[in-house]
Amino acid sequence: MEHLADLSRIALTDEEITRMQGELNVIADAIDEVQKVATDDVQPTANPIPLEAYLRPDVPEKPLTQEEALAGGPVTDQGMFVAPQILGE
Amino acid sequence: MSTTNNELVKLSASQMAEKIRNKEVSSRELTQAELDVIDAAEPQLHAFLHVSADEALAQADAFDEKLAAGETEGLPELAGVPIAIKDMIVTKGIPTTAASKILEGWVPPYDATVIEKIKAAGMPILGKTNLDEFAQGSSTEHSAFGNTYNPWDKQRVPGGSGGGSAAAVSSYEAPLALGTDTGGSIRQPASFTGSVGVKPTYGGVSRYGAIAMASSLDQIGPCARTVLDAALLHEVIGGNDRRDSTSIPEPMPHVVDAAREGLKRDLTGVRVGLIKEISGNGEGFQPGVAKRFDEAVKLLESMGATVTEVSLPHLSYSLGAYYIIMPSEVSSNLARYDGMRYGLRVMPPTGVPQTAANMMAYTREAGFGDEVKRRIVLGTYALSAGYYDAWYGSAQKVRTLVIEDFAKAFEQVDVLASPTAPTTAFKFGEKTDDPLAMYLGDVTTIPANLAGVPAISVPCGVDDETNMPVGFQFFAPQKRDDVMYKPAAALEAALEETWGGNILTKMATPWLAD
Repeated sequence: MEHLADLSRIALTDEEITRMQGELNVIADAIDEVQKVATDDVQPTANPIPLEAYLRPDVPEKPLTQEEALAGGPVTDQGMFVAPQILGE
Repeated sequence: MSTTNNELVKLSASQMAEKIRNKEVSSRELTQAELDVIDAAEPQLHAFLHVSADEALAQADAFDEKLAAGETEGLPELAGVPIAIKDMIVTKGIPTTAASKILEGWVPPYDATVIEKIKAAGMPILGKTNLDEFAQGSSTEHSAFGNTYNPWDKQRVPGGSGGGSAAAVSSYEAPLALGTDTGGSIRQPASFTGSVGVKPTYGGVSRYGAIAMASSLDQIGPCARTVLDAALLHEVIGGNDRRDSTSIPEPMPHVVDAAREGLKRDLTGVRVGLIKEISGNGEGFQPGVAKRFDEAVKLLESMGATVTEVSLPHLSYSLGAYYIIMPSEVSSNLARYDGMRYGLRVMPPTGVPQTAANMMAYTREAGFGDEVKRRIVLGTYALSAGYYDAWYGSAQKVRTLVIEDFAKAFEQVDVLASPTAPTTAFKFGEKTDDPLAMYLGDVTTIPANLAGVPAISVPCGVDDETNMPVGFQFFAPQKRDDVMYKPAAALEAALEETWGGNILTKMATPWLAD
């Protein structure tokens, strides 16, 4: 559970970890159920409507300005997002 | 005799549009009348997270000027009619939160494609409606900003996730709304509130600017008070958009023509298949729901439809597949809320290293609610190393089987039918302690999302015991959304005759002043 919380990047409380432990059964039960019919001869489907990938016409568009893109940032400085320490963790 | 504001807001959207075209009422007058209802009803219902009154009136004035200058040719029929938007769809300059603290106060720098289309149609945006956080839930009780109350009975939930849109439409706060439907979030609230809700074919309406929940299932669609209004809105928002890579390139089907055809109430030659596995008599179905459903089926027959029972044998595995695919995709999509570029940032407490990774973990712990955290963790588990093929892959195989079941069924019948939800609207708190009970309620709506087929919920009466509305669901083949609009409109017309008006005339509206 702690590993899952870490992978999920959520600082779960001890109480949450205990509660969610039991709820992993939801997934386990679902997996038991689907594996009854998900046999080797069945192909998986990712997109229910099959589509060919296509390219858009190569026409330049006006993207967001730097100011617009930064406007929602929690911390910005000199036209950049400010991130806490990433290297050397 | 002039129309009073109460009469005005109770008109269908298509009737409102006609009055605007005939210059009997201006878009501003209509928009102001809706804003007045919102003012009066919100303290009781809380359907909205944000009301954009100034923007709506400015949009209405702009449309009225165009109409006066004769510049509205080519605009959709709904031009000038106001609309509410589920707060899961981004609106430039209007706060968008997905009912989550992690996005509280965020003002999007761009419009979703459907919002561009709504604006181009001259439809004023009244505001943003409440939902379960990130559209995860079936009651709107998981909103970070409080419950929405069912206009029929304020002890009961309006359904979810799109409870705000459904409550706004059924309470006359808005004639129309947009919703998103990943596992039933448009149709189940429609069923719970006596309104109409449509999940279009997957790829039929652009999702550019819809906040992603589970990308292989999500679809934007219309909420309305009549089938024709839903069809008219469907045509405004539908069609190809190259900014959504899942958008269907072919022209969209003629849903409005089909709805108008249905209003003639002739279903000769229409083959309706009742889905055996979810036809209403099974475990978990409320008796009053099955009763109203069976009566509606008889009405379809009386209009000339042939009705048979059809089995979709893999449908019972849909719930299992959904509860692997949905949280997996949720965990992946919600990884973007990392406190870096927008939204909330919470730094770790003193004593914990002030690193980016820790900042993300504390931000997400503080910003997400319980249900969202649960689904992220479950999805992370389902996708964890070594199990991807066995788990997510198996669920995708079930999806193949469900798609094949639908395809086979549609060789025998034109439309499939079931109750929209096994129950009528439940009371607050009734299911929050038991997430699994809440999930089971989605068994009727999930198959359409898994298979990518369109589905519509239309009211079919009131349960005698709970006095709450019941929804009737039609499914149509992929890309043939038109096929379900005809019997839905016919059923609505036949039922309205027996009721002497729209089902919502049965609902008390104390928030509408005399």
